Amino acid sequence: MNNELPIGGIDQAPCVMNAIEINNLSKRYGKVQALDGISFAVGQGELFGLIGPDGAGKTTLFRLLTTLIHPDSGSAKVDGYDTVNEYRIIRSRVGYMPGRFSLYPDLTVEENLQFFAATFGVTIEESYDLIAPIYKQIEPFKKRPAGKLSGGMKQKLALSCALIHRPSVLFLDEPTTGVDAVSRSEFWDMLAGLKKLGITILVSTPYMDEASRCDRIALCNEGKILGIDTPKGIVRGFDRRLYGIRAKNMFTLLERSRRVAGVEDCYPCGEQHHLVAADNFDVAMFKAQLSDMEDVNIVIKEPTIEDMFIKLMKR
Amino acid sequence: MRAFLVLIQKEFLQIRRNSFLPRLIIAFPIMIMLIMPLIMTMDVRNVNVAIVDLDRSTASRRIASHIEASEYLTLTHTTTEYSRAIEALEHGMIDVIVQIPEHFDRDFMIATPQRISITANAVNATKGGLGMQYIMQTIALSLSEMRSESVPVEISELVTIENRYNPTLNYRHYMIPALMIILFILICGFLPALSIVGEKESGSIEQINVTPISRFTFTLSKLVPYWIIGLFVVTVAMLVARLAYGLVPIGSVGAIYLGAILFILTISGFSLTIANFSETMQQTMFVMFFFIMVFMLMSGLLTPIDSMPDWAQKFTIILPPRYYIEILRSVYLKGSTIAELNSNFIALGVFAIIFNTLAALTYKKQA
Repeated sequence: MNNELPIGGIDQAPCVMNAIEINNLSKRYGKVQALDGISFAVGQGELFGLIGPDGAGKTTLFRLLTTLIHPDSGSAKVDGYDTVNEYRIIRSRVGYMPGRFSLYPDLTVEENLQFFAATFGVTIEESYDLIAPIYKQIEPFKKRPAGKLSGGMKQKLALSCALIHRPSVLFLDEPTTGVDAVSRSEFWDMLAGLKKLGITILVSTPYMDEASRCDRIALCNEGKILGIDTPKGIVRGFDRRLYGIRAKNMFTLLERSRRVAGVEDCYPCGEQHHLVAADNFDVAMFKAQLSDMEDVNIVIKEPTIEDMFIKLMKR
Repeated sequence: MRAFLVLIQKEFLQIRRNSFLPRLIIAFPIMIMLIMPLIMTMDVRNVNVAIVDLDRSTASRRIASHIEASEYLTLTHTTTEYSRAIEALEHGMIDVIVQIPEHFDRDFMIATPQRISITANAVNATKGGLGMQYIMQTIALSLSEMRSESVPVEISELVTIENRYNPTLNYRHYMIPALMIILFILICGFLPALSIVGEKESGSIEQINVTPISRFTFTLSKLVPYWIIGLFVVTVAMLVARLAYGLVPIGSVGAIYLGAILFILTISGFSLTIANFSETMQQTMFVMFFFIMVFMLMSGLLTPIDSMPDWAQKFTIILPPRYYIEILRSVYLKGSTIAELNSNFIALGVFAIIFNTLAALTYKKQA
């Protein structure tokens, strides 16, 4: 790591344990309670994931933390500074990549980067070492208008722009939505690289499979946090046996399984249904009850974050 | 300051890269100033006339030849049946019918003849009214000629007419200054508002808002390019008016530029206020369009304020374009000075302060 240019000037920051501290934060839009009194903290240098469906309040939380909107109640601190009173300081220390591509489509790759560098009073050269691993991939297209880039390249440019002023905290709102699987994986590799440099990253995603790449994750839904833990810890919290079931007629299987004694829950998950078993569940009995159905198949499954999410959501 | 310059540079870069805006900025003033004055004229020409000649005399032929000779009137039909003439009028082929009664020539020499009747199509009230007047003048001319021939006495001119400031009563000279206002409203009013709302729509304003750049700096960077473009456009417009129509302001060009600066400030502040309340470009367009209609129709641009009903005249006090139109016309046609027009300049200055304050206040409200 380059020691000459500290990331976001960490050495001048007040001594804090956590990069982000959220206290009982609430925000309401008309009748919709977008955030309902949430509290959590993200440590320095942590890669923290916000996992939840659309409408969970993830974007609202990002907008609050990046000082774009004010909370109705509660408070939040980023890098030790209050998001309401000290918003100016925060703005020069954080990088934000909104969910929607929001650079200038009519400016070229290079012009966009230069422009955002200038708005922070820095030059591309000063931060080149930081953005190089990402920017090098799009540098061959630097004369191309940003609007004409592919989805994956747009996202790399947006990340480069968000990093141009060496932020200490990076906010990434659904960076991988609408990006192909290979680019998504590459993107997470880039985040891992940034984490090594000591940058705190708060990232949201609706994809449960990406959650395992985070240090810790928060599962959120309808403005509330359902649980916070490491990805492994979250899965460990799933204290039921889980089965994957299949049959020729998947829909009937779902309907019937739900009525079998000892089945706590049954829901579609990819090509099969997941069945959450209560203590009194018995595989043989289950098969017997559905003996009139064709090709019934039941296997033990390892629970995933998605299973835990569904469990928490239904509680 | 450096960030501000970068923002301005970016704004110009975006304008230049836009496939449409640079052309609009160049072509629009030229088109408005070059072509519109030719079209927008209240002079009535090509009034089609039919003569129903029941007399077939020297007098009727003389009237017909005078009508033919007039540059405003065109003699299209000569008939002896009134019903055919009225039919042509109904079909819109002619605008005015002149019926010369039987024995008009004979009776005219003796005493009082039967009256000549004029029928005009007044659907277009201006054309009907003016057409009627032209006909009356032409006939009166013919009759006075005939009378002076029989009674060899020169009819002395009893009335002299002088049109001060616009000696030839050229409607264009009245319109050209007003057309410049349209340029300002569209270029300094519409474009910055659309540019700001465009950033709202594309979400890039979000990205700007998380940078240390203040909203004030950002907004100013949106306006300054259009202020510069506005002053460029007024210069082009003045040049076109001079080259194409020989219209040179009698008063000082400085007064025109001072008015332009105040008016640009006013109209851009106004458009910012609208942009603050709009989420989409469509919304901005429609709201702006509503106000532009009011500005164009009520500011004395097309019809004089003095001939409006009393309540409307009072209403025009709150329309900023009214003051700049007065400045432009007075400086162009009368050669008025800034001192003579100071109430107009003060009014524009007050509007500039009001609208920009309003814009600043409404901007803060949206957290």
